[in-house]
Amino acid sequence: MTAQALIHFPKKARRGEVIEIRTMISHPMETGFRRTQQGEPIPRNIITAFVCRYNDVEVFRADLFPALTANPFLAFHTVAAESGTLTFTWTGDDGFRAEERAKIEVG
Amino acid sequence: MTAFPREAFPRLRGEKRRPALAAAAAFLFALPAFAADIPLPDRRSGYAFMGPDTRAMQDDDTQNPATLAVLEGEALWARKAGAAGRACADCHGDARESMTGAAARYPRFDDASAGPIDLEGRIMQCRARRQEAPPLARESRELLALSAFVARQSRGLPVADAVAADARLAPFLERGRALFRRRQGQIALSCAQCHDDNWGKSLAGNAIPQAHPTGYPLYRLEWQSVGSLQRRLRNCMIGMRAEPYAYGAPEYLDLALYLAWRARGMTMEAPAVRP
Repeated sequence: MTAQALIHFPKKARRGEVIEIRTMISHPMETGFRRTQQGEPIPRNIITAFVCRYNDVEVFRADLFPALTANPFLAFHTVAAESGTLTFTWTGDDGFRAEERAKIEVG
Repeated sequence: MTAFPREAFPRLRGEKRRPALAAAAAFLFALPAFAADIPLPDRRSGYAFMGPDTRAMQDDDTQNPATLAVLEGEALWARKAGAAGRACADCHGDARESMTGAAARYPRFDDASAGPIDLEGRIMQCRARRQEAPPLARESRELLALSAFVARQSRGLPVADAVAADARLAPFLERGRALFRRRQGQIALSCAQCHDDNWGKSLAGNAIPQAHPTGYPLYRLEWQSVGSLQRRLRNCMIGMRAEPYAYGAPEYLDLALYLAWRARGMTMEAPAVRP
């Protein structure tokens, strides 16, 4: 099952307006510190980086670490500069990679 | 790979807490053994006992982590499965119409088992009979996603009185009521002693809610995932130091029926968020 991502921001904005972008992605964020009932360690499986690009310009980046909640929720702000595409990329352990794109209209 | 269930940890750490537990047990033994039903106008959802942050999380779909399960359930609803090569949508169409209020009517009477069946049980049954697909385990990601998606279609609607609609459920309701009031486990505690007699007070720093199942399946912060009512009931039993029944046990169905009847007319809020 591919990861479900939830992205929320105003689809239309005025030029120069500060907009809030909210993202959430389904991920267990397994810390690597837990063990199974048989005592075997559960390998770490977390998202390690999140990047948001606005027309290929990086506007937000976060490094993620163990002990962060499952399904990490990140909210941040950016300035609506021009119409275009927002690209959201999550990368993590075991080659995890998820990418979402969404259009924004700036008038 | 089975992870160590997070809810089992308090038991392992129990050694240091003995004086507090003994005090709690002494306090509970001092309570009257009978339980009175909560008057209908005094009923409150678990939502009413949560902090503003957790409420905000539930109220906004973009912040509610259970939304991810709903989206996954929506995708599964349309996906063909099993030997019959049918998707849920092939029979039931658009769930936004066909499933409106469905979750609010469960548990219902099931002819095959001649007893109550919950929403998860019905989905499993439909999957076996109509889709001829391999069964989904209770608490599996797929089953929780499907039930979250179906339950979402009842949000805002009142919980139906299933027993009034089908008299065959009456004996099971009485069994559920008896289970709710039965003292069990090492500290001889009943569900009713907390949830009927002492709701609103606190237990180990947490508010005791009234135990209305209006938001299941729900995202529990302690679990870091979506879980069913049966998982919640198992948690409570472990906390009472009673041995939980296996998933799908008839006792859970009787209890779920009693809880739904007890919450009749209250507003469905699935998928909810709880601390």
